[in-house]
Amino acid sequence: METLLSIEDLAIDFDQGKRFVRALHGVSLTVARGEVLGVVGESGCGKSITWLAALGLLGSRARISGSVQLNGQEIAGAPENDLAGLRGGRIAMIFQDPSSSLNPVHRIGRQIVEALKLHRGMTGASADAEAARLLDRVGIANATRRLREYPHEMSGGMNQRIMIAMALAGEPDLLIADEPTTALDATIQAQILDLLTELRRDSGMALVLISHDLGVVADMSDRVAVMYGGRVIEEADTGSLFDSPAHPYTKGLIAALPDIDGPRRRLESIPGTVPAPDRLPPGCSFAPRCAIASKICDARMPAFLPYGESQSHFAACVKCRDEKPAESARLSGNKHVLVPA
Amino acid sequence: MSALLQAKDLKRHYEVHIPEGLFGRKASLKAVDGVSFSIEKGRTLGLVGESGCGKSTTAKLVLGLIPATAGTVEFAGTRVTARHDAQWRAMRRRMQMIYQDPLGALDRRLPVITQIAEPFEIHNPEMLAAERTERSALLMESVGLRPDMAMRYPHELSGGQRQRVVIARALALEPDLLVCDEPVSALDVSIQAQVLNLLDDLRERTGFAALFISHDLKVVRQMSDRVAVMYLGRIVESGLPEEVFRRPQHPYTKALVSAIPTPARRGKRERIVLEGDPPSPVDVPSGCSFHTRCPIAQASCRNEVPQLVTSGGHAVACHLVNAGAAPAAQAAE
Repeated sequence: METLLSIEDLAIDFDQGKRFVRALHGVSLTVARGEVLGVVGESGCGKSITWLAALGLLGSRARISGSVQLNGQEIAGAPENDLAGLRGGRIAMIFQDPSSSLNPVHRIGRQIVEALKLHRGMTGASADAEAARLLDRVGIANATRRLREYPHEMSGGMNQRIMIAMALAGEPDLLIADEPTTALDATIQAQILDLLTELRRDSGMALVLISHDLGVVADMSDRVAVMYGGRVIEEADTGSLFDSPAHPYTKGLIAALPDIDGPRRRLESIPGTVPAPDRLPPGCSFAPRCAIASKICDARMPAFLPYGESQSHFAACVKCRDEKPAESARLSGNKHVLVPA
Repeated sequence: MSALLQAKDLKRHYEVHIPEGLFGRKASLKAVDGVSFSIEKGRTLGLVGESGCGKSTTAKLVLGLIPATAGTVEFAGTRVTARHDAQWRAMRRRMQMIYQDPLGALDRRLPVITQIAEPFEIHNPEMLAAERTERSALLMESVGLRPDMAMRYPHELSGGQRQRVVIARALALEPDLLVCDEPVSALDVSIQAQVLNLLDDLRERTGFAALFISHDLKVVRQMSDRVAVMYLGRIVESGLPEEVFRRPQHPYTKALVSAIPTPARRGKRERIVLEGDPPSPVDVPSGCSFHTRCPIAQASCRNEVPQLVTSGGHAVACHLVNAGAAPAAQAAE
């Protein structure tokens, strides 16, 4: 599959006045054309700032290194003018709280037309007609009347639809959705997820779905990256990630989730809490909370290496390969390096 | 077993002003509109529903924090009123609560141990300081907080630890009833599991009954002996969690259950997607309040309010289900 966006070794340091604190430790991710990449992790793991940094939205207090390429063209550190054309155009982003992303004092129509004018140079009646078409596209009835309303006159689900309509205004190749349904009720979440799936099927745009909800990510994604402590610790296609998770953290997350089907069982919780970015342990950042950690885990950060027979399943864990010796033994030609160089 | 808590036909209506026309108009917002349930000693009732369905208002009514427009709440045979007199305060020792936001429930300027000891100071002023400290330390230990955290301030603790402080304080007086309003919604998945397991262990040890409110069906199923599903101020279905969530009868519960994405369900596209938003509680639709979004609604649903009909411990408020004529609903299973 053709690569649309590739992030290579992206690191972010935040200026804390006296010193810099590293929040992201070299993240590498790719998004193929038309693909859905799910990014999961708990709060503070760096899942949102990865994408904000990629779009140059972190402001001057963040020092960013690494490379971000869109269609092979470098956009990390690009001039603000170039980025402004890209954002909302080729790459669009929607956020958790739709009502705070919209301007409360302008009518919805004006805000959508603004996006159309910026990215597609449309004005006047043709822009109005296109705005109405977009609202219709995201499932809002009475589009022409709705264009004259203000954000506060609509529900949260409606506002998220409007945000999606604005994101579609630039006909993006990639939509980055940061917790798009977290603030919404269950039945409205189902509506928005269905809408995103449908739009993607029609337009072929790629989607990066950032969420703390494993269920949402499992349901929507082709491939999933799990983040912890500012690193990607496991990445695989959705099937193998949920059927045979490698990293103890991924396993723990799945086991900590209550079920809706099947028998009730006691939840398996992960002890402790996520470490603060300035207090990461020296080796594997999950080691202090890990049930199978040993001395080797404290020594250095484990490398991100293939796991199992699949060529697309990677995990940054030294111990997870010890647990399944039979499986690794069956592998031929793909020698596992247990201790990274 | 006699019920510890009994709510009968509880109603709470708010008079609101709607800006409409020149002077606006007065309307009645029916936050809770005829809710009845009972909780037996040591059992947990889970209350689920979407935002604005009246879950939290029900919690406040149960505790007597706000007066009910109609209906009664009885706790251990005594009526709970919203008159905050000596009798109410005595009752409140035995009914405690936990809210969603622990930082909002704690005083930022007091070390956590002082806050855990506060219920003793209020309800048992004769208790000696030494005993107070000792009992608070025991409470901290029982909720899994280290002794060295005692003198810390709320902002120095993580979200999960703060919620543990709130739980310790709520359990200080060994209450008979704990009202939990979205206790884990603000927590990360791994911490959520810790707190849910903690509540489960404490319940086993101290035997408190609970009213457990959440929008998350998975969490409610995990914690409850019985569940009730609310929609626009009314209970539309109630029963055992296995029954209600495995074989939901009401079309709303069906949609709600099918809408939950879980890793185990991935790829199986059988989601029932409801049209539109829940109506505003100011303009509750006539008849069955769900008929505007119901995929199987018929003409009769528009006129008559369905009653909650119980059969075999499973109660449903739906004309079609109760008449045994829900062909479309059965086919959807």
